[in-house]
Amino acid sequence: MLLSRVADSLYWIGRYLERAERTARLVDVRLDLGLDRMSNAGGWDFARLYSMVQLDEAPSALNPMALSDTLVFDPSNPAAVQACVTAARENAAQVREEISTDMWEKLNALFLSLKQARAEGGWSVRPHYIFRLVIDGIHLFEGVTDETMGHGEGWQHLQLGRFLERASATAALVDLHFRRELILPPGHAEWLGLLRSCSALEAYCRCYTADLRPERIAEFLLLNPEFPRSVRFAAARVESALRAISGLTTGGAGGRAERLAGRLHASLDYGQVDEILSEDPHVYLETISRYCAQIHGAVYQSYITYPIESALPA
Amino acid sequence: MVPPATPSDINVGSSGRDKTFVSDLGPLFSNYELGAHYDEMFESSARPRAHCDALVEELRAGSQAELGQRQLEADKAFLTQGITFTVYGDNEGTERIFPFDLVPRIITAAEWRDLERGLAQRLTAVNLFLKDVYHDARILAEGVVPRDLVQSCRHYRREMRGVHVHRDIYVSVAGTDLVRLQDGRFVVLEDNLRVPSGVSYMLANREVTKRVLPGLFDRYRVSPISHYGQALLATLRALAPPVAVDPTFVVLTPGVGNSAYFEHAFLAREMGVALVEGRDLLVHDNIVYMRTTAGLKRVDVIYRRVDDDFLDPLAFRTDSHLGVAGLLNAYRAGNVSLANAIGTGLADDKALYAYIPAIIKFYLSEEPILPNVETYLLGNPSHRRYVLEHLDSLVVKAVGESGGYGMLIGPHSSAAEREGFKAKILADPRNFIAQPTLSLSCAPCFMDHGIEPRHVDLRPYVLYGDRVTVVPGGLTRVALRKGSLVVNSSQGGGSKDTWVLED
Repeated sequence: MLLSRVADSLYWIGRYLERAERTARLVDVRLDLGLDRMSNAGGWDFARLYSMVQLDEAPSALNPMALSDTLVFDPSNPAAVQACVTAARENAAQVREEISTDMWEKLNALFLSLKQARAEGGWSVRPHYIFRLVIDGIHLFEGVTDETMGHGEGWQHLQLGRFLERASATAALVDLHFRRELILPPGHAEWLGLLRSCSALEAYCRCYTADLRPERIAEFLLLNPEFPRSVRFAAARVESALRAISGLTTGGAGGRAERLAGRLHASLDYGQVDEILSEDPHVYLETISRYCAQIHGAVYQSYITYPIESALPA
Repeated sequence: MVPPATPSDINVGSSGRDKTFVSDLGPLFSNYELGAHYDEMFESSARPRAHCDALVEELRAGSQAELGQRQLEADKAFLTQGITFTVYGDNEGTERIFPFDLVPRIITAAEWRDLERGLAQRLTAVNLFLKDVYHDARILAEGVVPRDLVQSCRHYRREMRGVHVHRDIYVSVAGTDLVRLQDGRFVVLEDNLRVPSGVSYMLANREVTKRVLPGLFDRYRVSPISHYGQALLATLRALAPPVAVDPTFVVLTPGVGNSAYFEHAFLAREMGVALVEGRDLLVHDNIVYMRTTAGLKRVDVIYRRVDDDFLDPLAFRTDSHLGVAGLLNAYRAGNVSLANAIGTGLADDKALYAYIPAIIKFYLSEEPILPNVETYLLGNPSHRRYVLEHLDSLVVKAVGESGGYGMLIGPHSSAAEREGFKAKILADPRNFIAQPTLSLSCAPCFMDHGIEPRHVDLRPYVLYGDRVTVVPGGLTRVALRKGSLVVNSSQGGGSKDTWVLED
């Protein structure tokens, strides 16, 4: 049993940190690819990146470092890394009594070092280090979380937020590469970028060799049951977190959120990549995103903002 | 009842004397000046107090640079732990740490025994007083405390008249401000009986001091204080309504925007109970519930860190978003306990303070162990006449203010400031008291040019559940500006670890 407000904060800590890590990884990979200047690569192509982090503004692409600054530090950009870390920390500050001191200190240290990096300036000369700082900081937080916080309901809410964010963001990223009008030929550097943005390159190669083929990439990122950044893996975690939460609160009676998560997980368990690609992949991926949004709504209805009348003793 | 002090009681500082410095202790101590005040470390210019020998030795073994390094480590520890306050009016949301001084303040076992007895006596009497005032009002009928003084107090709550408070414990958590006078005696400057704060700094200061000065701990037997959370929980347990079989405890905070939020979260964690905000609670049929993921859960004991005014918008300030509608009625019905009770602010009113010695005698038939500071009530015409003639040597305080605001320090004031205060006093005399300017004791602090003395006070935390307990220590606040007497954190004050030695 948790305060609803606390559950909500923990859920958002999970979501915001997942988002911060993803943005950091996306920008890092994008800047790195830009340096290679492959003949068939888009060079400083920020268009996908910008639509990924849901910025409307078309990138002017004059100075890639300035563009990446928007994605890391711009306070008016809610998907910027610093904004996400700050929001996670604010949520953590409001549930200080529920999380361990180590967790708080790691998150606070990440927040402070980002702030310091910005104040000192000059990070854009070697931008890779700031992304490393963020990714390492978040990994450290996650490791400390697993090792110092009981894996009870609060922990499950953190997992729920993290994997729900991951499922919907990975689906959106795959979508951006598989829309009919956007699809690129096999071997294009963008495919490499896609895998690396999901830190999936090494795992993919181990599974399919370094032969980068779009349908295999789609299969790996959507349907692989073992790789922790695939949508299927994330959906399985969302489902198990929800099952654990309902077991701890309503005695396992389940509910709408659990049912939706189970259905999403099953559709990925029994999905076939050739079927997905032969029909319109965009429609399939949008369905996944819609499921994620519905699960979010159902969690709020069951645990966070339920009507009081229904909960009062008779 | 409260005779005006004679001018000889008043100390105006040590101006005009020759300066005396500590001698022969090397460069770190070359700026250590002794004055008319009591020095916590030195008996005379040539001799440290016996219990400070090891401290002096340990400090002398370090250099300015080396101690500076430890200070940096300590500051960094506070920053990482997030023990900070937000600087208002800054869009970047700059967070600062509260200044911390490295050098622990040491209190001997014998000194502590007296303090402990005195604090227990005072808190016992205060609780008897509150019970009496809100029920039979015997003390008012007998004229020991003037009725109009009680009824004109802003913190007197007529809603509490005749309300049964479980075990008659009104104040279960108190923070009493003490200062040490020239002769080494501790006197009570102020009682904080509503929602005293600062205990998390007492605990955090100890943790950090252990980290940066482990060698010094090794040379003393310092009483541990880390069990404060358990002691607080035991206190709250004693307050639980008898109907509650397995009581649920919560800490009620105004929220993350409050300057003491860190402390609220800290205490909830130390006790292992939920930290709630007003919006997490609701009252139905005079029962308090909190909204959880598993539905509504009944709450039995609330350690509230929200002032009376904001507790219940139906009963007190209607514009409060921090409280819980219906809480007062649930409380009056005996379905929930509050620590502290509603209406305890009456007993820490700065004017009522003057009557605490009389209150102790009235209920306990004992002499007060801890003396008060001489206090003039400006509502009293003869006191008022005297004070207005001596504004330049007295400290005047508004009774409703805290945090060092609304204060005139006579010897440090300008003629214009005194005129301004005079007008305020004449407009609302009941709202002011005056006290002699005290010479606060000084403790050694690590400053930019070595170890120097700075004025300090002491706030021990007193708990009252099954019995009165005082965790051996307290918060020593320091006026870090040279010569300043104001220790409040809002006015440039800092704090340091406080050691109570074991025999």
